[in-house]
Amino acid sequence: MSESVPDEGFDEWLDAIADGEGYFLECEHGHGSLPPRRVCPQCGSREIAETPLPDSGAVSTFTIITVATPQFEDDAPYVTAIADFGPVSITGQVRGVDHDEVETGLVVGIDTDRTVTNRDRLVVFEPR
Amino acid sequence: MSNPRVAGVGLTHFGKHPERTGRDMFAEAGLDALDDAGVDPDDVEALFYGNFMGELAEHQGHQGPLMAEAVGLQAPATRYESACASSGVAVRDAVRTVRNGEADVVLVGGAERMTNVGTAAATDALAIAADDLYEIRAGMTFPGAYALMARAYFEEYGGTREQLAEVAVKNHEHALPNEHAQIRQEITVEDALDAPIIADPLGLYDSCPITDGASAAVVTSAEYAADHGLDAGVAVTGTGQGGDNLALHDREAYSRSPATEDAAEEAYADAGIGPADVDFLEVHDCFTIAEVLALEGLGIYENGAAIDAAANGETTRHGETPVNLSGGLKAKGHPVGATGVAQLVSVTKLLEGRHDRAADVADAETAVAHNAGGTVASATVHVLEVAE
Ligand SMILES: [Zn+2]
Repeated sequence: MSESVPDEGFDEWLDAIADGEGYFLECEHGHGSLPPRRVCPQCGSREIAETPLPDSGAVSTFTIITVATPQFEDDAPYVTAIADFGPVSITGQVRGVDHDEVETGLVVGIDTDRTVTNRDRLVVFEPR
Repeated sequence: MSNPRVAGVGLTHFGKHPERTGRDMFAEAGLDALDDAGVDPDDVEALFYGNFMGELAEHQGHQGPLMAEAVGLQAPATRYESACASSGVAVRDAVRTVRNGEADVVLVGGAERMTNVGTAAATDALAIAADDLYEIRAGMTFPGAYALMARAYFEEYGGTREQLAEVAVKNHEHALPNEHAQIRQEITVEDALDAPIIADPLGLYDSCPITDGASAAVVTSAEYAADHGLDAGVAVTGTGQGGDNLALHDREAYSRSPATEDAAEEAYADAGIGPADVDFLEVHDCFTIAEVLALEGLGIYENGAAIDAAANGETTRHGETPVNLSGGLKAKGHPVGATGVAQLVSVTKLLEGRHDRAADVADAETAVAHNAGGTVASATVHVLEVAE
């Protein structure tokens, strides 16, 4: 929540997403995950390296949230989705499309934006 | 080493008690359990206590010693935090501690004060069971996470909101005579479908309420129970625990609960039984879809097959395998840290024939309690059996 002290690994990742240079961590076995990490959460490998995020992902599941936490009070209703970008899956908000047009398989790009409620940064997906 | 016995149980009313402190609720449940067991508090060698959101709701950490004090114990006390599985994990440690001979008498329990902070703050507090960086900051809520799982399940296996509504209808009906239950009101499928949506496809009636309450149980060695002439006819014969990645998006599948599968496999092997031997269950139905996922993870149904169980009457109190005879989290209520032990309380009373719904499982000998944390990144499974 606090903007004063960045979360190392995470805030750099958000910056990179915002710059269109998103990445994920890929282990030697091809498992994808998000920073900060020292081991692959799938296999425990310590051989993990930053790999560019694919240009687009696909929504694998989503929900329209109407009852939100206080940090998202003025954002609701909004669409939260998990999108698969190759070997890594990411949770974010789907924007730039009517809620009733979101479906699984929807092809999306990734970016960052601000919440309506507190102007906090968050991950957003927009149809490609 | 013989299997530990549940010598006594205690439960507060589950409901909205915003003015009641956690310490007072746990004192009530703990003292009831000690009295029910007929165990001298001086004989209790440890307190294992579950609580999830005490810092946020009561500005109270370090609750173990506080709760020991509240029930008059001079014993070491430890708080367990595994989100909604907090006291399920405490049960597991109580069982193992008694089994391995480190103690003869353990008090296990849990408490949660939730309604005093209001719905928004409680929703926020529950959300912290998810990954802060990658889920909460994207706006994920606890119902939202289960909605993601529900949609994934529907896509993979098929399923409808009507079928989920049948789970709620069943659990509400089960709770009717339960004086500890928060919601004792019959509902129809139409009521559930007409209720406001919280996180599509889940509506208000797919969701458990926000609840205050406490639970406790006295777990003893079989030898202690025999030596002290305790009426302790239910044994915990199997215990299992499973874990998974915290964030839902890091899981292999969103339509299954591998942590439950692992916990069940371990508990069944421990007890020397299989899912076919289970007469009835209390499972973690924080949302209607959670009951479906639990029954599949526990091997009671194949993957994709439990969605119809309530609608077909198989899991109602008149069915072949009754599920959540106490009303489940859905109707009995879900004071998060108290839930795992509350399930143990219900199962014990059902097996002993002194539960409001005991007549529906009069010949039952083997039952299962399943407690899940977060989006099932934690799960415990316990097998309870009528002891010879
Ligand atoms: Zn790996």
